[in-house]
Amino acid sequence: MAGVIEQIRNVCALGALQSVVAIERAIPIIHAGPGCGQKLWSGLSNGNGFQGAGYVGGHSVPCTNATEQEVVFGGEEKLRETVANTLKVMDGDLFVILTGCTSDIVGDDVGEVARSFRSSGAPVVYVETGGFKGDNYFGHELLWDALIDQFLEPAGKAEPGLVNLFSVLPYQDPYWTGTLHTIAGLLRSIGLIPNVIYGPGEGVASLRKVPKAQFNLLLSPWVGLKTVQRLEEKFGTPYLHYPTLPIGATETGKFLRAVGVQAGIPSETVEEAIRREEARYYYYVERSADLLFETRFLPGHFVTVADSFYALGLTKFLINDLGLIPEVQFVTEAVPEQYRPLIDAEFARFDEGLVSPVHYGADGGTVRDELARRTFRERPLILGSSWDRVTARKLNGYPLSVAMPVSDRLVLSRTYAGYEGALRLTEDIYSVILSSFQ
Amino acid sequence: MAINLDITEAPTRETRLGSITGYSGTLKDLVARTGCGASIKNGDRTFSQASSCSSGCAQTLLAGIVDAAVVNHAPIGCAGDTVYHNIANQYGRFYREWGNKNIQLVNTNMEEQDTVFGGTEKLREGIREAFRRFAPKAIFVTTSCASGIIGDDIKGVISELTDEVPVPVIQVSCEGFRSKVWASGFDAAFHAILTGIVKPPVRKRPELVNMVNFRGSARAYIARLFGELGLVPRFVVPFATVEELATVSEAAVTATVCTTLGSYFGTALEENYGVPYVKAIPPHGVAGIEAWLRGIGAAVGKESEVEALIDKERAATDADLAELRRRFKGKRAVLGMGPSYAQSYLGVLEELGIEVLHAASWHYDPRYDYGEQPPAIVRAASRENDITFSVGDQQLYEITNTLSRLKPDLYFSRHPGSSVWAAKLGITAVPVIDEYTAFGHRGLVNFGWRIVDALTNRNFVTKLADRVKLPYSGWWYGQDPYAFLDQEAV
Ligand code: SF4
Ligand code: SF4
Repeated sequence: MAGVIEQIRNVCALGALQSVVAIERAIPIIHAGPGCGQKLWSGLSNGNGFQGAGYVGGHSVPCTNATEQEVVFGGEEKLRETVANTLKVMDGDLFVILTGCTSDIVGDDVGEVARSFRSSGAPVVYVETGGFKGDNYFGHELLWDALIDQFLEPAGKAEPGLVNLFSVLPYQDPYWTGTLHTIAGLLRSIGLIPNVIYGPGEGVASLRKVPKAQFNLLLSPWVGLKTVQRLEEKFGTPYLHYPTLPIGATETGKFLRAVGVQAGIPSETVEEAIRREEARYYYYVERSADLLFETRFLPGHFVTVADSFYALGLTKFLINDLGLIPEVQFVTEAVPEQYRPLIDAEFARFDEGLVSPVHYGADGGTVRDELARRTFRERPLILGSSWDRVTARKLNGYPLSVAMPVSDRLVLSRTYAGYEGALRLTEDIYSVILSSFQ
Repeated sequence: MAINLDITEAPTRETRLGSITGYSGTLKDLVARTGCGASIKNGDRTFSQASSCSSGCAQTLLAGIVDAAVVNHAPIGCAGDTVYHNIANQYGRFYREWGNKNIQLVNTNMEEQDTVFGGTEKLREGIREAFRRFAPKAIFVTTSCASGIIGDDIKGVISELTDEVPVPVIQVSCEGFRSKVWASGFDAAFHAILTGIVKPPVRKRPELVNMVNFRGSARAYIARLFGELGLVPRFVVPFATVEELATVSEAAVTATVCTTLGSYFGTALEENYGVPYVKAIPPHGVAGIEAWLRGIGAAVGKESEVEALIDKERAATDADLAELRRRFKGKRAVLGMGPSYAQSYLGVLEELGIEVLHAASWHYDPRYDYGEQPPAIVRAASRENDITFSVGDQQLYEITNTLSRLKPDLYFSRHPGSSVWAAKLGITAVPVIDEYTAFGHRGLVNFGWRIVDALTNRNFVTKLADRVKLPYSGWWYGQDPYAFLDQEAV
């Protein structure tokens, strides 16, 4: 039994509605209580980098606003009516019904409603994301099951070089847009054609292209593994699972080489791309060296409080590239038991034989208590959410908000991924330190 | 009917007040249909967009009490609003120079097995943890759709823990599905405070005013106004302590900046402890503040002091007001706000010389708990000109359609997630986020100058509107904005 949660760092399965919002011209239809949509949007988007409502988010999302009537007598009719009118009022290419707790507890036959619209030719998909079933990482995977089973069509021949990019969760990660854009750029730099799906681009059209890819790239510790496996079963598309979000030269180079091997790209092409990027990257790193070696403005040990994407990606960069020392890392999403060993193994193999302790769990109180028990000899660097800024101040540490909720920053296209992202992260970390006393 | 403090749950606004979320017609018609002896049936929609729920409204108040804790008995998603409550908390603490601290709230993280076998074990753990972590002076247990539908025995768990958790633990019934009117959540929170925290007066404090508000940005202004009357404000609920709430019964009078927010609490304090509740129109704009101050003055016997104060405030702002009216000549606006603000801003905009073409109210209370129609709407409806008026739980498709037809110069709205859509249409949108916007003579003038600024540089909105598309079909723009509202013929 998972314990209570103080200071939320993710939301419920219905949070997957924001993954739908992230696909241009896809429209979520919520079948849930009146407040779910507002709360989930507020937590994942508004209070998290101020990401906004976008094309069809926030209060513009069609919703049944289920009340007593639907709870007592069932909500199928209300849903049917809402979907029918959504198809008239809203301008979109894909409609995804997502259910909340009320519908899933009451047991509405939502599948039947969706099927009846599909059989009359409307692109309507459903997914049962009642919040009690799990967090939004879990909900995001449920969404993909639904898209694969109910929307994607076999494509015939694969398009050489086309790669579907599966990685961070839209909105949950306030840096998702910039991150996906940057990873796509890296793939292009070695001659591949990335299919990004979320964010500015082709939206639903890119979703339709998914079965045509040469392979699926899963850039994630575990989220989405089920998805790429299902895509392999259904469409025969192979996948590459690369667990670490690449930040900085070490990991980005490794990542590009792994992708190159999977895609059958000549190694000279990959090496040439890496050389080019590293030359530019190290030009800036060299500039930063003076600050690091000529001043006292350095952090002590570092802590990350983030989901497994960022806890792992940031830790690798901070150890392998920036030369910092880990204190303890907190992984905040509910990682299914079977994936824990995989993540544990990654946290036990950094360069120079370094390891870092890892804690699992979403409860902010546990983070606070665990940090209070430790002795920090120098001012620690704490990369977490805006909640953790309070603890960071108590510990006289340096806080930088990198994980949901990031409510102290406006985030537009910023990313910490790749070469450029690592430079941005270095700037951000040392700007926190340098601005802390002047 | 008097407020009943012997029951655990405040009945919803639909049940108590006949409140509605669906209507389209005119201001005068609505007032006539909801006058003495009349009744109105709610209009249902066959299409709707995401609204808001009671639980968010309850938690925004309760999570702001500085030394209490909230246990949100729900799956984690229902705590999605807490991120924003914490932003408001940090902002308020910063301006009070209180130092940095997070809200004190735990979510019980209900899961699948809890919906099958019951979630009381989780709730027990939640209450224990809240007590252990925060050492609070009181604990509020907010319910959710999940805990409500499975029927967890909240009262039972609370009474089991009486010895172990020696502070008041109070149930707050704010399940989202029970009411279409999210403001029912305010009443749920106030009901919990009234039944679990407020004590009978030990002594009377003739100088003390319960000032019911949200974030309290106008503290200095109000302290000055009240100071001239020999009164001292106590701002509740956010940023108050449990002790301050416990002694609200000792105050001389209760006033509120928002009648949607404060009427349940004010009425209950009047009925149960004889603390008069000021039933005037809200204190926005000249007419608002003057009626409101007179209401306070009458309650505490300071009528002549109030008149002197009003003269002074008028003198300080008359010239600006005349200048603003000159500048706004010919400007037309639409407004969309919660009922108290929608009603009082009809007056505010009239005072600024801005013509209102249409007003949308996020819900409508035909009467307040003390039995009368909201005074601000009665006042607005007594003007010669009628306007179209709609009631909807922030249904943006209706608002967007209305705005695209009327093409006003300005859109005024309150509640996050509304103004931006007008901006995307290229309309100058002025959000009224702070509850003290246009408060009093001076607030009105400041608000006026803010509108002048918004109209002076429209670059952001015009360029944005050129490039973005809203999510509605061409078909929809050709329909009546209230085509999906089923209501009796108007
Ligand atoms: S409507 Fe119900 S389930 Fe949704 S947020 Fe409100 S209380 Fe939670
Ligand atoms: S946990 Fe359930 S009720 Fe709460 S927001 Fe999620 S789906 Fe809605």
